[in-house]
Amino acid sequence: MSEIETFRHDIVIVGGGCAGIRAAIAAVEASPTASVAMVSKVYPMRSHTVSAEGGAAAVARDDDSFEMHGFDTVKGSDFLGDQDVIQYFVQEAPKELIRLEHWGCPWSRNEDGTVATRAFGGMSTKRTWYATDKVGFHMLHALFQHSLRFDRIVRYDENFVTKLIVDGGAVRGVAALDVRTGAVRAILGRAVILATGGAGKIFPFTTNGNIKTGDGMALAYREGVALKDMEFTQYHPTGLPGTGILITEATRGEGGHLKNSQGERFLVTRDYGVGTKAELGPRDMISRAIVQEIEAGRGFKGPYGDYVHLDLTHLGQDIIDKRLPMVRELSQVYGGVDPVHEPIQIRPVLHYMMGGVDTDIDGATTLPGLYAAGETACVSLNGANRLGSNSLTECLVFGARAGRVAVQYAKGTDNGNEAVGKRVAAEESGRLSSARASQRGGEKLAQLRRELTRTMESGCGVYREQASMDATVQTVAQLKERMSDVRLEDSSTVFNTELVAALELDNMLEVAESLAVSAAHRRESRGAHTRRDAPKRDDQNFLYHTLCYYDAAGPRLGKKPVTLGKWVPEERKY
Amino acid sequence: MSEQKKTFVVTRFDPDKDEKPRQQSYEVPVQPDWKVLDALNFIKDELDGSLSHRWSCRMAVCGSCGMMVNGKPSLTCKDALSNYGDRVEVTPLANFPVVRDLVVEMDGFMEKLKSVKPWIIVAKERAVEEGTYRQSPEELEYFKQFSMCINCMLCYSACPVVGNEPEFLGPAAIALGHRYNMDTRDEGAAERNEIFRGEGTVFACSYANECSEVCPKHVDPAAAVNQSKINAVIDWATSFVVPRGGK
Repeated sequence: MSEIETFRHDIVIVGGGCAGIRAAIAAVEASPTASVAMVSKVYPMRSHTVSAEGGAAAVARDDDSFEMHGFDTVKGSDFLGDQDVIQYFVQEAPKELIRLEHWGCPWSRNEDGTVATRAFGGMSTKRTWYATDKVGFHMLHALFQHSLRFDRIVRYDENFVTKLIVDGGAVRGVAALDVRTGAVRAILGRAVILATGGAGKIFPFTTNGNIKTGDGMALAYREGVALKDMEFTQYHPTGLPGTGILITEATRGEGGHLKNSQGERFLVTRDYGVGTKAELGPRDMISRAIVQEIEAGRGFKGPYGDYVHLDLTHLGQDIIDKRLPMVRELSQVYGGVDPVHEPIQIRPVLHYMMGGVDTDIDGATTLPGLYAAGETACVSLNGANRLGSNSLTECLVFGARAGRVAVQYAKGTDNGNEAVGKRVAAEESGRLSSARASQRGGEKLAQLRRELTRTMESGCGVYREQASMDATVQTVAQLKERMSDVRLEDSSTVFNTELVAALELDNMLEVAESLAVSAAHRRESRGAHTRRDAPKRDDQNFLYHTLCYYDAAGPRLGKKPVTLGKWVPEERKY
Repeated sequence: MSEQKKTFVVTRFDPDKDEKPRQQSYEVPVQPDWKVLDALNFIKDELDGSLSHRWSCRMAVCGSCGMMVNGKPSLTCKDALSNYGDRVEVTPLANFPVVRDLVVEMDGFMEKLKSVKPWIIVAKERAVEEGTYRQSPEELEYFKQFSMCINCMLCYSACPVVGNEPEFLGPAAIALGHRYNMDTRDEGAAERNEIFRGEGTVFACSYANECSEVCPKHVDPAAAVNQSKINAVIDWATSFVVPRGGK
C-alpha cells in the first residue's frame, strides 16, 4: 500500500456551505495563527445553501423586537426549541446579517438605501432579509468569495470524508477520500466541525440537491454521538410536482394565494389552525392543510400525483420580476407555466431536517473536539418545526460560534498521535479499495436507494401512524443488510462517483434508520411530527428531545430535557 | 407519459485504463419533460454505473453540471431534451483538462477567481455597530447582474481566447472582479484595475461575445469585460493626475 499522505491543521471543517464557511472565517478571525482546513465533497460554491431562496431572518425594523422573534420561533417549534438557544440566536441574528452585508451580500434595498425585509410564514412582522429570491445563492457566493482572502483557510475540494479519527476519547481529524485521485488521506486537526447539511435525499420527493445525504450526521453517529429529534422533518408546502424543485415561501410573503380545484383559498375558508395568518401560517400546518385538501378530493390530478395551485397572477409582472425572478424562471423551465399569467402547480415536498447531531449552544457534541453547525446539527433552535428564513441565519450564528469555540478548544489541546490518524486512513483506504475491486454482489445501488426513499415516504411522510412507521423501521434494517451485497461496477480510482454514491447510501441508511426509530417512539403529534393515531400534543409524556444512539444491534433511544424559560408551553394556534 | 427513445453518445475517459477519450452509445427511454441531465442520471443508475459526471441542485443554480451537448456548452439540468433530435452527443466542457468522462478540472478557474480579489476591499473595516451601508436600489443595479454568476464555466468553454490562451483570466473571473469594482461599498477598484491592466486579462479579450450568449444566468460577462477595459484605462490615466489612494 502506498504511503498515506497526512496534513495538519488546527481546525478541520467538513462542509463548505453557509455554516462551514462562516465557521472557517470565524476561526481565522478568532486566532491570528490558526490554520483551518475546509474539506468539502464538492467545490464550496456547489453546496446546497445555494438553493435557498426566500431569505434570512433577523430583527431589523422599529416595529420588531428580539422578544417577538424569540416567541415566534418558540411557538413555531411547538415549544420544543431550547429557549436559551433561541434568545441567543435572535440577538446575534442582526449582527450576522450586517456582517454579511459588509462582506458584499447584495441584499435587496428600500428606496432610502436601507436593507429591505419581507413577510414570512409564522413571523409576526417583516423580518426576513432578502436578495430577490436567490438569497442562499448570494449568501453562499458572498461568503465563499470573502473566504478567499484568508490564506489560512486551506481548501480540500472534492474530498469525501469517510471517517472521523478518534483517539484517546477525542476527535483528532478526518480520513478523506480525494475523489480525483482515489487516495485516502489523513487530515489532522485538534478540533473538527461538521457542517455537511441535512439528508433530504433519503426521501423520494425533496427540494434537496443530490449532495444532501446526511454525511456529517452519520460520521458523528458512528462515533457514538447522539442524533437528536430526528423524527422532525419539514415538508415545504410548495414544491413543483415531479422534480420537487422549491418554490419559495416568499411567494406567499409577497401576497401569493393557495387555491384548491374549486378556486377556493382554503386557508381562509376552512379552519386549519392558521387563523388570520392564512398563507403565512407555519410550514407544518400549511403542508397538512394541502394534504387534507387533496385527500378531500379538492386537488388537481397530475402525472406526478395530486396538487393544488399557488396563484401569483394578481401580484403583477412588476412585483414578480423584481422580487421573485427565480420563481418565474423555475416555473417556466421546470413547471411549464408562467406565474405572471397562470397559477403554479405545487404540492408539499420534503425540505429540511429539524433534527441532527446533538450539540449544546456552542455547537459542541459529547465527543471532545467535535462540533457541528447548520442543518447537520441539532442545536435545538427549531424544535419540532422550523420557521422559514431562520435556517440561513442559524448557519451564520451557530457556524460562527462553533468556529470561535473550536479555536479556544484547540488551544488547550495537543496534536495527538499522528500514527493513529495514519492508521485510520490506511484502514479506510483498504476498505475503499476492496469495495472498488469487488464487482460482485447482487444488489443494485439505484434500486436500494429507490426502496429506501419509498419506505421513508410511506412511513415518515406528512402524516404518520404506528404500523407504517414500524414497517419502515423493518424495511430500513433489511436494506442495511442488503447494502452489504451491493454490486459496484466501477473499478477506477479516478473520480469514481459510483463509490461515492455507495458511501453516501451507507450514510443515508444510518440517518434514515435513526429517523424512523425516533419517529416510531414518539406517540404524540408535535410540530412536523403528525400522527393520525395520536393527533394531540402530549407535554406530560413527550416534552423532551429524542436522542438516538448508534448500536450494532440497532438504534438505542434516550431523552434530553427541553430548556424552557419565560415562554410557557400553551396550545399552538394562530 | 409517452416514452421516446434517444441515443446518447457520451465521451468516456478513464486515465486508469484509457490512453485517449472514446465514445460510448446508450439507448435511453426519455420522458417529454426531461432535461439532458435526467438522461445522464438514467444511464448512471440503470445502464452503466461507471459513468462519471457532476451534478447536484438540478435547478440551475449550483453550477455543477456544465457539459457540451451536440458541441455547444450547456447547463444540462436546464437544457430540455426536446431541444434535440434522436441522437444527442455529450462531451466534457471544452477548453478544460478532462479528469474523467464528463468531469473537467476546475483548479485553473479557482486560481483565476482568487486573483481578481472577489471580496469587498476597504481601508478601514466597518464595525457591526455602525449598521449596514446605505445602498440605493439604483446603486445595487450597477453590479447586481455581474453578481449572478454561478461559476458553471460555460463561458470559458465558449470563449475563443481561452481556447488559444489557457492562461487568459476569462469571462467569469473578470465579471466577478468587475462586480466588486461596481459595488459602492468597495474601495478596491485601483487594485483590481492594476490586475486588469496586466497580461492575459481584459485586453486579451477579442470581444467575440460568445460568453454572454451561452451564459445561463444572463450575466453578460462581455459587458463586464468591456466596462473593465474602459475603467482600467481611465484609472491608469488618472493615476498620473491624482496620487494613488487619493479618492
